[in-house]
Amino acid sequence: MADVKKEHELIVTVSPHVRDEETTSRIMWTVNMALLPAFFMGFYFFGLKALFITALCIISSVLSEYFFQKAVNRKVTVNDGSSFLTGLLLGMNLPPSLWSFNPFTIHVPIIGSVIAVVITKQFFGGLGYNIFNPALIGRAFLLISFPKAMTIWTEPSAAFFALDAKTTATPLGILKEDGIAKLIEAFGDKLNLYAELFNGHRAGSIGETSVLALLIGAGFLLYKRYITWHIPISFLGTVAVLAWIFGGKNPETGKMLLFAGDPLIHLLSGGLMLGAFFMATDYVTCPSVRKGQIVFGIGCGALTMLIRIKGGYPEGVMFAILLMNCFAPLIDRSMKSDVFGAVKEKKK
Amino acid sequence: MALATFKGGIHPPDKKDIAKDRAIKEAKSPQRVVIPLSQHLGAPCKPIVSIGQEVKKGEVIGEPGGFVSAPVHSSVSGKVIAIAEFPNAMGRMVNSVVIENDGKEEWASLKDNPDYIKLSADELKEKVKAAGIVGMGGAAFPTLVKLSPPKEKPIDTIIINGAECEPYLTADYRLMIEKSGEIVEGLKILMRILGVNKGFIGIENNKPDAIEKMKDAAKNEPNIEVCGLEVKYPQGAEKMLISALTGREVPPRALPMDVRVVVQNVGTALAVYEAARYGKPLIERVVTVTGEGIKNAANLMVKIGTLISDIVEECGGFKDSAGKVVSGGPMMGFALSTLDVPVTKGTSGILVIPEEGVVHTDEFGPCIRCGRCIDICPMGLMPSMLSILSEKGHYEDTKEYNLFDCFECGSCAFVCPSKRPIVQLVRLAKSLTKP
Repeated sequence: MADVKKEHELIVTVSPHVRDEETTSRIMWTVNMALLPAFFMGFYFFGLKALFITALCIISSVLSEYFFQKAVNRKVTVNDGSSFLTGLLLGMNLPPSLWSFNPFTIHVPIIGSVIAVVITKQFFGGLGYNIFNPALIGRAFLLISFPKAMTIWTEPSAAFFALDAKTTATPLGILKEDGIAKLIEAFGDKLNLYAELFNGHRAGSIGETSVLALLIGAGFLLYKRYITWHIPISFLGTVAVLAWIFGGKNPETGKMLLFAGDPLIHLLSGGLMLGAFFMATDYVTCPSVRKGQIVFGIGCGALTMLIRIKGGYPEGVMFAILLMNCFAPLIDRSMKSDVFGAVKEKKK
Repeated sequence: MALATFKGGIHPPDKKDIAKDRAIKEAKSPQRVVIPLSQHLGAPCKPIVSIGQEVKKGEVIGEPGGFVSAPVHSSVSGKVIAIAEFPNAMGRMVNSVVIENDGKEEWASLKDNPDYIKLSADELKEKVKAAGIVGMGGAAFPTLVKLSPPKEKPIDTIIINGAECEPYLTADYRLMIEKSGEIVEGLKILMRILGVNKGFIGIENNKPDAIEKMKDAAKNEPNIEVCGLEVKYPQGAEKMLISALTGREVPPRALPMDVRVVVQNVGTALAVYEAARYGKPLIERVVTVTGEGIKNAANLMVKIGTLISDIVEECGGFKDSAGKVVSGGPMMGFALSTLDVPVTKGTSGILVIPEEGVVHTDEFGPCIRCGRCIDICPMGLMPSMLSILSEKGHYEDTKEYNLFDCFECGSCAFVCPSKRPIVQLVRLAKSLTKP
């Protein structure tokens, strides 16, 4: 038995003895990558401001996770890419106008990042245990704390170094305040409006404007099966249906006109695409059973349209997702997966 | 045509090429055998030999200790030198009979009865009982019990399980290639015992030559259907196989007999045939010796009680890279802490995994609730919740998530991106709560 290994050298672990190659950090970094097209479009339209703000968010997110984990003696996990993702998402959800020295608002992204990573994620136990989407809590905190700075929108200039672009309103803002006729007027004609909304040449948060780029990233994630259709499709579908039913207004009286809305405008504007494909699908804060995810998506869509049509804000995706985050554990608990054989047992 | 299958499941690399083309070879008769008196699910056997006694090959050395039990026979001729507790592959200490092999290979009794099929169902059942046959797919459930359903639960279908969905293992595949006729005969005997006239042989589609062979062997049997199955783990799990072939779902915590089905492994069918025809007890079985860490992979006909160290030696020993030795397949097998454990009736393979292929389970991350395990769980459970609750010590709450429906196939742990030891956490919860 000369070349038989000594017994104490045998490794003993629990079954299964083979594992899939997928890892948490590979998933996180892939999602980061899938966001790049949309980020680059934001960079193209809003220039260096977009880059600075997003970089600031990423750096402060990663550093605050690192220092918090050091401080409380937890294992440092910044390599897993999840705090990078939080920073990237937060940056892409902020208005480019925040990179401003007069008035001074550069501290705003940093505060948002710390709130997102330390309070929303680490205080609740770190990755996997947070109830709310960290980036969205960060943004919600900033919107409430800095209402003015967070609602100054700049025109997409495509002028690379322009640090002082002209301010304007977002399409949803125009729609809410002045109605659909004004919105179409601002973009020339209806077809041009759709086209500009689709490629992202409009005012808005850094990473939310280009539907085209977001769909490329989302398509990649769907193809890699990192996300499934359940949440995005039920979310977008609900928005489209409700926009069609309740989104119309009588141009004379200004009162709601049923079944006269324009679903496409609602689908293409605001943070809907970014929210539906990249934020509502966050593993940790959405239900994990597929049928529950459809309920979750419908809830997100309904709340989004409630806020857009009846609420005080022109956009409702953020609050809709955050509110549905509260229900995710409840949905999982009440809509468990179907146990093999159990259905037939009932029929007996 | 879509292949028969079930909902969920995973696709681990099958790695069957390592041992697939090695024909079954008789292993060297070992100097001594250690035969555990408990090789099956159920009550351990009572030893009926004493130290110093001469025994012949095939002689009963342990009598069943209850209804759910099966007798144990000597696999060599020689002298009993010890009856004591020895470790088994699962790391438990089991009362075992140690026999020094005299090398004469003298049989106690072996009679060819070519007219076996004319025997009555009860006579055939008696042969299965006397031969000590248990399920040879791994769980080692006494076959006699499966063949004795209560009156109110009639059986109408028998399935021979040739799925062999565990990666690496090729023992059943070799049997189907080399002993296809005998397996079909075994199935016919089982059908006779249970008075059933529908038999299936289910084989995963990655073994087209086995399907071919079995179809050929069963071509004159209108009641026997050979079916290709989608290649997917755990296709060979009893409940999954029944669902794939008959569309019947075994309710939670019920048995296959509750949906009128009995499932037997191909090795078991062969053992049934040999018991009925020759009166040969179950004293040897095919073991696949495989993995990237073994010098010469093989499919060996091994005498029950042969130590795994003897088999490893016969296969040329380990390569330098060897890190872990598993008894059984990579998905549900047990890692060995010592090679001085015997092959039992349920040992389907010995798998040597190289050190760099070992996934260490002490470094795992938090559950990120990605839902992969829920998507693939063949039982439709939520392994993520089971693992979280068990990890936090909320064992009672795991029952709300159907803890006891889990049969520990390991698919969830396979797909888990955080490498969580979900199977271990499930076992922990099972051991600390009552169903």
